[in-house]
Amino acid sequence: MPDGSSDARSTILDRVRKANASVSGDHRAADYDAIPREYQRVASADRAEILKMFAERLREYDARVREAASLTAIPDEIRAALAEYGQRSALVADGFPREWLPDGLSWGAEADADIAAMDRAEGTIVACEVAIAHTGTIVLRDARRLTLLPDRLLCVVRKEQVVETVPEAFARLQAFAADALTFVSGPSATADIEMTRIRGVHGPRFLDVVLV
Amino acid sequence: MSVRVGEAARAPSFQKAAHTLLKDDQLRNNVRHATDVITHKRAGVVAEQHDWQQMRTTASAIKAHTLRYLDEYLAQFEATCTAAGGHVHWAADADEANRIIVELIQKHGGREVIKVKTMTSDEIGLNSVLEASGIHPHETDLADMIIQLGHDHPSHIVVPALHKNRRQVREIFMRAMGLKELGDKPEDLTEAARRYLREKFLKVKIGFSGANYLIAETGGVCVVESEGNARMCLTLPDVLITLAGIEKVIPTFGDLEVFLQLLPRSATGERMNPYNSLWTGVHTDEGPKEFHVVLLDNGRTRILADRESRETLHCIRCGACLNTCPVYRQTGGHAYGSIYAGPIGAILTPQLFDMEHSQSLPYASSLCGACYEVCPVKINIPEVLIHLRGRVVREQQSGASLEAIGMKAMARVFTSRRRFEAAQRLGRIGQWPFVSDGWIRHLPGMLGNWTAVRDLQPMPSQTFRNWWREREKENHDA
Repeated sequence: MPDGSSDARSTILDRVRKANASVSGDHRAADYDAIPREYQRVASADRAEILKMFAERLREYDARVREAASLTAIPDEIRAALAEYGQRSALVADGFPREWLPDGLSWGAEADADIAAMDRAEGTIVACEVAIAHTGTIVLRDARRLTLLPDRLLCVVRKEQVVETVPEAFARLQAFAADALTFVSGPSATADIEMTRIRGVHGPRFLDVVLV
Repeated sequence: MSVRVGEAARAPSFQKAAHTLLKDDQLRNNVRHATDVITHKRAGVVAEQHDWQQMRTTASAIKAHTLRYLDEYLAQFEATCTAAGGHVHWAADADEANRIIVELIQKHGGREVIKVKTMTSDEIGLNSVLEASGIHPHETDLADMIIQLGHDHPSHIVVPALHKNRRQVREIFMRAMGLKELGDKPEDLTEAARRYLREKFLKVKIGFSGANYLIAETGGVCVVESEGNARMCLTLPDVLITLAGIEKVIPTFGDLEVFLQLLPRSATGERMNPYNSLWTGVHTDEGPKEFHVVLLDNGRTRILADRESRETLHCIRCGACLNTCPVYRQTGGHAYGSIYAGPIGAILTPQLFDMEHSQSLPYASSLCGACYEVCPVKINIPEVLIHLRGRVVREQQSGASLEAIGMKAMARVFTSRRRFEAAQRLGRIGQWPFVSDGWIRHLPGMLGNWTAVRDLQPMPSQTFRNWWREREKENHDA
């Protein structure tokens, strides 16, 4: 710890305590529990509506959405999605089920790829942890560099992973609260120049979602 | 203690700066366009959120609760972050924070740093300190990069370069990147930034960021962004340094469910911004091997001590109050002489500064209340502005200023009918040299402060009291 930092620690904490000195009582836990939470915290729509909303909102962000009728249909949908870009290869996130990958294309493993390989890769294929219909968001665990450096990101989302609201997603994520999490809502974007939305700045320019 | 807010100490008064900036049509057009676009988008996504008001109430309550127990939550964050492999540093003021950051970078022999957009680093003037220490900071947010390469100052919290149009950006990029050709479509300019920065992202070993939220429960940090530049800086370097104001701590991971709904809708009018990154200390499989958090006071505990304005610390830096403010929409951000512009800047800057250098800012408002209505954490900005105006007046009264003496004399005149009517007679006679075409445009001496920004109607030849007396007399005569 650099010099002075521990002094600063007690200085700052003393100032905070002094600023709060006039407030009586110390019931932190009870006070926290008393915070009103009257916003929506559970789903209100039925499953079909939720899934429809998820697909619509993804498309509004310029993501492409395909539906696979069953787990066994996933390879065909991945093949079709990559074919639209003429893409012949991709890096695959660690833990992604091999049986979901179509034959005849070239797959690289996340574990074997360094930064340079990721920078050169045509695209990435991952699965998500949870998805939020209300905001069109997919939440990824780990694979932070892999889902960032290549220009095309394809994510497989199983329907049971899709929740309606942000609070439901946080309830599911609580178990992974200390992991590296990335919320992705559409392709990387900016509106910094004249408020014109441009798709793709530093992250992937293309986002494909296969909804199973 | 030396609290600093960017270069605000050297800035002219708001009224003076605004006078000049109002003549810049280009700037006003750009600001108007940008704020219109965001305001419109925001209104759409807020209207569809049926529980918006309930979320505002919760967010405001979480912030108030956290400030009440701030010492405990900061200590808890320190413990959890340290347990997860992070290092926590404390900085009482800007100089201390700058020193800690420079030492950390020098310890690793760093000559370059890749930076995520952070207001707090502008607040402490980090970039100039880094440059003076032989360390080059690369701003990686597109707008911040435009500002840095153009040697300019940010004019908005969320879109700092909104005062530049595409042709201006093109010129800046061509010069700074040494390009012979470049289109002026936003796509071309964005592509140029992507190519220019990709090489830095892959090469530079030290990353620097701010934080949107520090989570006491887990020791985690959350950064919200759109472009992917923050993800690059947060995951690719070996060492990551994060600077955060002490008010950025929230109690639990679950509290994010409120803030991550309020912030994007308020800031950019999106249901969710493209990327939110959450990490906790050091992760073994990937990301930086060394992680430092610098917790910054720099005047915040002083705001905390003022019960009438401590809610200023609720701010989550969304910028909604800027976009909706009729004053900001006319002047743009530079008039505020601070990196914190608009209504939130008008209350934050003078408090961080203890009023010394920015007494004019609490007056940069018509108190219309639009800022309070849009604020996602319910900061009652008009009320704080009035409170701060009161402080300005009290501080000025403590000296025997000409204005204070004048006000006392005025109080005597207004409390007596005889003196009031005598003053009116005197005024009618005294005003004639200043009236032209039925308007008073310039008054002498201290009264000139009033006419510097507005025209005045002359006093009428007959007052209501006179007219009433005449009328009574006529009725009587008839």
